[in-house]
Amino acid sequence: MNWLESLTLKSPAGFWNPLLWLLFLIIFAIIGYIIYSRGNKGYKPNTEQVKPFISGNAVEDIEQIRVRASDIYWGFIEALKGYYTILMRMHTGDMRDYVLWYLGVGAIILFILVGGV
Amino acid sequence: MIEHLPALMIAVPLFGAFTTPLLKKNYKAAAVWATLITAVTLGMSLLLVREVLIREIMVYVFGADKPTLVLPSGYRVPIRIIFEVDAMGALMALSATLMSFIGALYSYSHVRNETGLEKYYALLLLLEVGILGMVLTGDLFNLFVFLEIAGIAGSALVGFRNYRGEASEAGIKYLIVSSVASLMVLFSIGLLYGEYGNLNIAYLSTQIGFNTVDIIALGILFTSFAMKCGSVPTHHWVPDAYTEVPSGINPTLLVATYASLYALFRVSFSLFGKVSSEMSSVGWIMCVLGVLTMFIGVTMALVQKDVKRLMSYHAISQTGYMLLGVGVGLAVLNDPAKLAAFGRDAMAGGIFHIINHIIYKSLLLMTAGALFYVTGTRNLNEMGGLARKMPYTTVAFIVGAAAISGIPPFNGFASKFLIYETAYQLNPLLAIFAMVTSVLTLASFVKVFASAFLGPPVKEYENVREVPRSMVIAMIILAVLCILFGLFPNVVLDKLVYPAVDALLNLSGYQTWGGVL
Repeated sequence: MNWLESLTLKSPAGFWNPLLWLLFLIIFAIIGYIIYSRGNKGYKPNTEQVKPFISGNAVEDIEQIRVRASDIYWGFIEALKGYYTILMRMHTGDMRDYVLWYLGVGAIILFILVGGV
Repeated sequence: MIEHLPALMIAVPLFGAFTTPLLKKNYKAAAVWATLITAVTLGMSLLLVREVLIREIMVYVFGADKPTLVLPSGYRVPIRIIFEVDAMGALMALSATLMSFIGALYSYSHVRNETGLEKYYALLLLLEVGILGMVLTGDLFNLFVFLEIAGIAGSALVGFRNYRGEASEAGIKYLIVSSVASLMVLFSIGLLYGEYGNLNIAYLSTQIGFNTVDIIALGILFTSFAMKCGSVPTHHWVPDAYTEVPSGINPTLLVATYASLYALFRVSFSLFGKVSSEMSSVGWIMCVLGVLTMFIGVTMALVQKDVKRLMSYHAISQTGYMLLGVGVGLAVLNDPAKLAAFGRDAMAGGIFHIINHIIYKSLLLMTAGALFYVTGTRNLNEMGGLARKMPYTTVAFIVGAAAISGIPPFNGFASKFLIYETAYQLNPLLAIFAMVTSVLTLASFVKVFASAFLGPPVKEYENVREVPRSMVIAMIILAVLCILFGLFPNVVLDKLVYPAVDALLNLSGYQTWGGVL
């Protein structure tokens, strides 16, 4: 099939055809739907069954329990605290530092190009 | 008519920029006029792309009897300003005109409550002029002039909301960074002019050696353009500028950033292409900067709570992929076997990523602008449950986020796929960093999606509605492009990207102005 081949992106070590990928996606979606449709039919919307259950405790105001952006990935950020401390020190927001970085990088690049490394 | 296209590409938006202030009393007329001008320029750039794909290189000599008269009789060197447009320049021109049009369309509603809109649209068109001049010119001094035009127009637009202290600060920072970079570019142009007595890039590339003065000029040009394209560790101005600039300007400002990346590639492949054996180390510097840029950019993005600042750090991170892709090609430029095996594909990945990134990052920044438009805040901590209220913006965001994260079948995947594979062949570590960056990018956009669009509705935003139609249309156009470029990457690669790569590699064609001599 020439048209299919013409839509195949060939790379040095493999290939990528988005239309084939879509076809597989559809097949897997159908398989997923078949598995889903054979599931438990006991679900009853608009009953006590669908309300959140937190070990029997009363559920707080729904707005109070939303996860805010600053709390997402706090573990990741905490684990990389040392790395982030250095990064934050780099980002002072001071214009003079921006120019210093430029001069520093320029000096290193010139040093490499002139034959220092 | 067609032969005058390169000049008209500058003349039409310049005419628009000078006439827009005449519509001071009617902001709607100014907006429509600017949109019309950008649409006409977009049409011309499509014609230009078609012409360049046929002729390979288009030359326009200003002030000559014929636009292609590079060397009048009796002259051995070019003396006039010459525009030299190859497929790489045409590709960038198409990106610039498309994004200016989308930006003007989006701005119609987005900034309608601001004052001084005739200046806003005039500056938008001037910014477009600056970018187009940079990517079409074949003259080094001309490049500096257009770099300055883009820098001044860009800084005025960054500080456009001057009633906000942060916007004024960001505008001044952008102006200073642009001035420092431009001055140093001018200094290195002066070095080359002093040595060779000419400013034409094609002519200079036939003469250039690799003596100490040339190396100093190369180093300064490299560092200056690297700073202007937002490469780490000279990237600090990017989050300030992208965050404060109105979202309708973000697409054009993004292309302005990549016009500097284009200049970096032009210097590396065309101006210094003759000394390809010496350029391997420059390629490696580009690769290392690329890896640093992508990784530091994404890790900084992960901790942001300002939605536009977060996306700005991602813009930095994605620039790393482009530097890596083209850097791999430059590193193996003097090895024909490796260049054919993976170098050319690496460059294609890098250049394809420029177009893809311009499309999906513009889309994402516009969705951030839409969030700001309805909520009045950019703080993700204060948002929530907006998917129900803003369905079109939500879909546009999902498409943009999937594309930037490299999820198939969106456009970001196709270019990243080429970069991963080819970078792996140069050094596996480069590809590992690129893939880890993609994972972190996805994580970061999951955070934005979860905090702004999902979750329970926030009381303050009970009555918000979807953004106006012109903003939705602009976002939908870009979302459709993300999908189309992802589903049919080969069409874009064959028609636009590989011709651009081959144009960069075809040094002899560039040196002879496409064979017009």
